[in-house]
Amino acid sequence: MSDVAIPQNPQLMHVNPPLIRAKDYHDLSEQISAIVEGDVLKTPLKYWITLSITGGITALLGAMLTYLVATGIGVWGNNRPIGWAWDITNFVFWIGIGHAGTLISAILFLFRQKWRTSINRSAEAMTLFAVMCAGIFPLFHTGRPWRAYWLFPVPNTDLGMWQNFRSPLIWDVFAVSTYLTVSALFWYTGLIPDLATLRDRAVSKVKQIVFGAMSFGWRGSARHWRNYEAAYLILAGLSTPLVLSVHTIVSFDFATSVIPGWHTTIFPPYFVAGAIFSGFACVMPLLIIARWSLNLHNLITLKHLENMNKIIMVTGSIVGYAYACEFFIAWYSGNGYERFAFINRAFGPYYWAYWTMITCNVFIPQLFWIRALRRSIPVMFIISITTNIGMWFERFVIIVTSLHRDFMPSSWGYFRPTWVDMCTFTGTIGLFLTLFLLFARFLPMIAISEVKGVLSYEKEHFKGQEAPVEVA
Amino acid sequence: MNLDPNKIREKLGLGDDKVYGVIGEFDDPHELVHAGRKIREMGYTKLDAMTPFPVHGIDDALGIPYSKLGWIVIVIGLCGTATALGLIYYVGAISDKFVIGGKPLFDFTFSIPVTFELTVLFSSFAAVIGMLALNGLPRLYHPSMNYQAAHRASDDKFLLVIEADDPKFSPQTAAEHLKSVGASTVEVVEG
Repeated sequence: MSDVAIPQNPQLMHVNPPLIRAKDYHDLSEQISAIVEGDVLKTPLKYWITLSITGGITALLGAMLTYLVATGIGVWGNNRPIGWAWDITNFVFWIGIGHAGTLISAILFLFRQKWRTSINRSAEAMTLFAVMCAGIFPLFHTGRPWRAYWLFPVPNTDLGMWQNFRSPLIWDVFAVSTYLTVSALFWYTGLIPDLATLRDRAVSKVKQIVFGAMSFGWRGSARHWRNYEAAYLILAGLSTPLVLSVHTIVSFDFATSVIPGWHTTIFPPYFVAGAIFSGFACVMPLLIIARWSLNLHNLITLKHLENMNKIIMVTGSIVGYAYACEFFIAWYSGNGYERFAFINRAFGPYYWAYWTMITCNVFIPQLFWIRALRRSIPVMFIISITTNIGMWFERFVIIVTSLHRDFMPSSWGYFRPTWVDMCTFTGTIGLFLTLFLLFARFLPMIAISEVKGVLSYEKEHFKGQEAPVEVA
Repeated sequence: MNLDPNKIREKLGLGDDKVYGVIGEFDDPHELVHAGRKIREMGYTKLDAMTPFPVHGIDDALGIPYSKLGWIVIVIGLCGTATALGLIYYVGAISDKFVIGGKPLFDFTFSIPVTFELTVLFSSFAAVIGMLALNGLPRLYHPSMNYQAAHRASDDKFLLVIEADDPKFSPQTAAEHLKSVGASTVEVVEG
């Protein structure tokens, strides 16, 4: 082989330790599959308790949506002039969270970041679940979700006209549904070899049939892998512009309008950076909990978490720059309405939302410049939560403060969420966590075959050098 | 109707004398690549490997050609582009001529987002379905599964296969050759 591995200098072990700590390939299959293979009835009680709590919250979502459909959209606090409120805030919030999964699985793949292999599967799953939660809001915001096919160019007799492709809202329909489909394809393609591992390990007839069908008869032939790697590379290459396009198109919903505070060209890059920021901050607590409760310290190391914190810090700084830039342009444009919109954002009736956003998104993540904080589990857990709060408020600030006072003071208003607004949003959090809990229990949450590839590389590269023991 | 059991057996590819190939087992990906290269130098052409993860270098060692998937994807992807542009043109400029906001009935600029999304959507389906089709999947059965430790190929063993349709194939010598390049276990597999 041409690439002769160069063993790493032992003195650099604390800077660049091996990412995976496992004795051999069999150990890895054993450790990751064991989570999936355990007897369902012997799952720890704490799992069932958590699942029943999140399941209960999901039931609340069902109740709220039923109530909404039965009564009408007026049960939400939306009013004139604030026609978009919590529903679109929540939609953009969830869509944004989804971006981390694709970033980890596609963009980091193209950049050959080997550390992604321990976290990509769970991040991709999180993407799928977040996009599902996101889809609920525009669907029910239409007021008549049973007419949702009107959003797609399906020939029908009851609408009597076609969709308007000049509108960014139809672009959004295409972007979000493509994103959900492609993320699901990407995720499932990654799962096929691992499902084959589970099939080959299965002892019961039922599991053999289920995993056998799900893995399509995968046998790990060298020809399979060649086509598989080509498919994976192509999917990564397609998903990279896709993930950037999705939040760009979401931002077009705002940027192509004439509302002061929305009509800005900075929106696409600013939305994408914010999406990655919030997405990483959402993977973080899930990974910390999974790592601790499933004992995955040898696969999800502090190095992984530290790398993610660095991305949170960088994207948080980009978002902070975008806030500053928006303010500068509002002043520099000389447009009175634009200038008013921004002063009103920071010092108007919604000042508390604005400063929550600034504190959580701009100031707090800067703590990650300090290495000790970047590597402290409690600190990163708290910062990831505050980041999610901050990013939710960002969308709230953009949507509600821009709408509540536009050109005519006679039509100014104020928005207050109703209990239905609050319960619906809480319900989607429940749905998201329920889906994630089910995924973590019933499918391999770490990509077994990919991690084995990294282990093979590291066996060569580190030649039996031991990684320093982590204090965490 | 001909109900001769031997003929049926022949037609279905079943039979006691049918051999799928010889499989040799290795513990390490590097040994596998090394052995694969040596076996190919001996003149075998119908080779395969079964590994738990993609082993780099095995394609060149066994002479497996580059994947054709990219060509499938680009053709289907361009079909997606054409579908999107055709759809937007038909909907806006032919079927439903409706001026909204003074915008043209059809223009490439406002078609970009939907065209891009449909191109990506078609390409992704082509990549996944094309990958499965090129691999001959899904399939319920493959003779390599008769190998006694076939289940280890998705766990921690690296298998090298000399298939029976190789012109140079003879079970005895192929097994000896695999042994000579370092396979820890060698088995003649029926198919």
